[in-house]
Amino acid sequence: MSVNILGKSKGFYDRYERRPGTNKEQTHYCPGCGHGILHKLIAEALTDFGASENCVFVSPVGCSVFAYYYFNAGNIQAAHGRAPAVATGVKRAMPESIVISYQGDGDLAAIGGNEILHAANRGESITVFFVNNAIYGMTGGQMAPTTLIGQKTTTTPYGRTLKNEGYPMRMAEIIASLESPVYVERVMLADTRSINAARKAVRKGIMNQIKQKGFSFVEVLSTCPTGWKMTAPQSQEWIKSTLVKNFPLGVLKDIALQVEPLDLSLNLAPSSRVPKLIGLEKEKLDFDPDSMKISREIDQEIKIAGFGGQGVLSLGVWLSEIGMHEDLQVSWIPSYGPEMRGGTANCHVKLSHNSIGSPLVTNPTILIAMNRPSLEKFEADVIEGGAVLYDSSLIDIEPTRKDVRSIPIPATEIANELGNTRISNVVILGVLAGFSDFLDPAVVQRVLPLIFKKRHLLEINLKAFQRGLELGRELLA
Amino acid sequence: MANARGLVAVNVEECKGCKLCVEACPVDVLHLAASYNTHGYSPAEYDGEGCTGCGVCFYACPEPGAITVYKNWADAQEAYVCGVKKVGSRLTVIDSVKGLAQCEACGQEVILSDYSNLSFSE
Repeated sequence: MSVNILGKSKGFYDRYERRPGTNKEQTHYCPGCGHGILHKLIAEALTDFGASENCVFVSPVGCSVFAYYYFNAGNIQAAHGRAPAVATGVKRAMPESIVISYQGDGDLAAIGGNEILHAANRGESITVFFVNNAIYGMTGGQMAPTTLIGQKTTTTPYGRTLKNEGYPMRMAEIIASLESPVYVERVMLADTRSINAARKAVRKGIMNQIKQKGFSFVEVLSTCPTGWKMTAPQSQEWIKSTLVKNFPLGVLKDIALQVEPLDLSLNLAPSSRVPKLIGLEKEKLDFDPDSMKISREIDQEIKIAGFGGQGVLSLGVWLSEIGMHEDLQVSWIPSYGPEMRGGTANCHVKLSHNSIGSPLVTNPTILIAMNRPSLEKFEADVIEGGAVLYDSSLIDIEPTRKDVRSIPIPATEIANELGNTRISNVVILGVLAGFSDFLDPAVVQRVLPLIFKKRHLLEINLKAFQRGLELGRELLA
Repeated sequence: MANARGLVAVNVEECKGCKLCVEACPVDVLHLAASYNTHGYSPAEYDGEGCTGCGVCFYACPEPGAITVYKNWADAQEAYVCGVKKVGSRLTVIDSVKGLAQCEACGQEVILSDYSNLSFSE
């Protein structure tokens, strides 16, 4: 005798421990929200098919952003509109998993319009649930692409007009017009009969994926009592009386029975080749002095990186200034976090004999690393025969590359000796001028007074430059 | 009532009082309580008799665990396995509105909406 009980599905957590605050037993959805009903149908199907453990649920931006509080499955929360793209990646990396991409209408039809079209067009073997409530619910009821003509929202207070905003988009029809999707249906959550039909569609969408049939898309007309300013029963009535007239229900495409299961194995490069393919591994060669690329004749691309406050950006500006005095074309572009001090900062400097196309430095000839993360991050990018200058008083590791000239400089130590930590960048500038011929020390000494207008600052900076210069010349010798 | 073979139990703390189950119930045996739960909602409440066990309210409800429906209560009563005495256990409803039952063997009170913690023989 089996006991037939309809109760909370095992596809949900018992308590929603991930939910902040004290209420761990209720979902965060408003009373009467359709998300809850659809969640129940999905959880039930996953449990019944034994797919809960194997499921990766990709939640969107929107009210269902917190689906990971509830579903006892693998969960990823995607950037706005990108759930089908994330789902694509998950499914391709783990073809045996059941990947559900769950999106609202603002997320899927507006910001993620492109992602869903291409995922559908590629026929990714995923199941997409598209919750259409004709409004941006989470942000307070703004117009969505699916908002009806005449429907009042906070951004269309006099009602959506054809002239201003165009027609509501019927996403299911658009998806169904593509070749690849195997199953597209529109259902609604408005009464017992329609919820039962939705339940069947949900199960079919998931079963298609289990059978590796391809892309399934279920659009669900759902309630937003809060956004529509109605009670829950009224909002179900509104779906039946109004929404469904603009979004007709039914199966728009179903070729799941006709198609053969997909071969989900991929043409992957052997994993040993991956580091090289993505540029994490460089062939290690011994440094050949003849291949040295630091000279006046060669255009220099310089990346300077360190903490904010170390003078990373300033050093770049000075190098550009010196370049201008040498009649070179120059560019300088900074990249830093929001912090004035601390945080990471780097800048790209180009000194060129010809006009500069892009100011970005991807593969520097010279890397100046003023802290360890910078060295670790950018070392691999330096071109063969380039140079890595690093502050050895702050960095306790050595560069691993052998095909570049690595130059440890105890810059902070020297700066402290001279009486001011902040001049460590000028010490490095000195070394740069000393070990190669691409900076003329005389020009630098002419430019420094233009930068440091206060006498006491100029003096200490000239001293720092001199110390760096001597150090650089020793290295050259 | 001839068709009253089911039993519905509402978890008062999980219910948000949206009234969808009340509207959906084909035999009209649910109503909103006059009292409030700790979250400030008036939860749905079973009239206490007449549930047919059809399950419509379960699927109408947006909360995953607010409603539990025993489709055939008589079967569930017999199949109950008491956690203490193991044998001879049988459930008796002591408060059908609150969804409370009692084990006849050990006398322990059982919350019917908490069905995942109850064991039934297959």
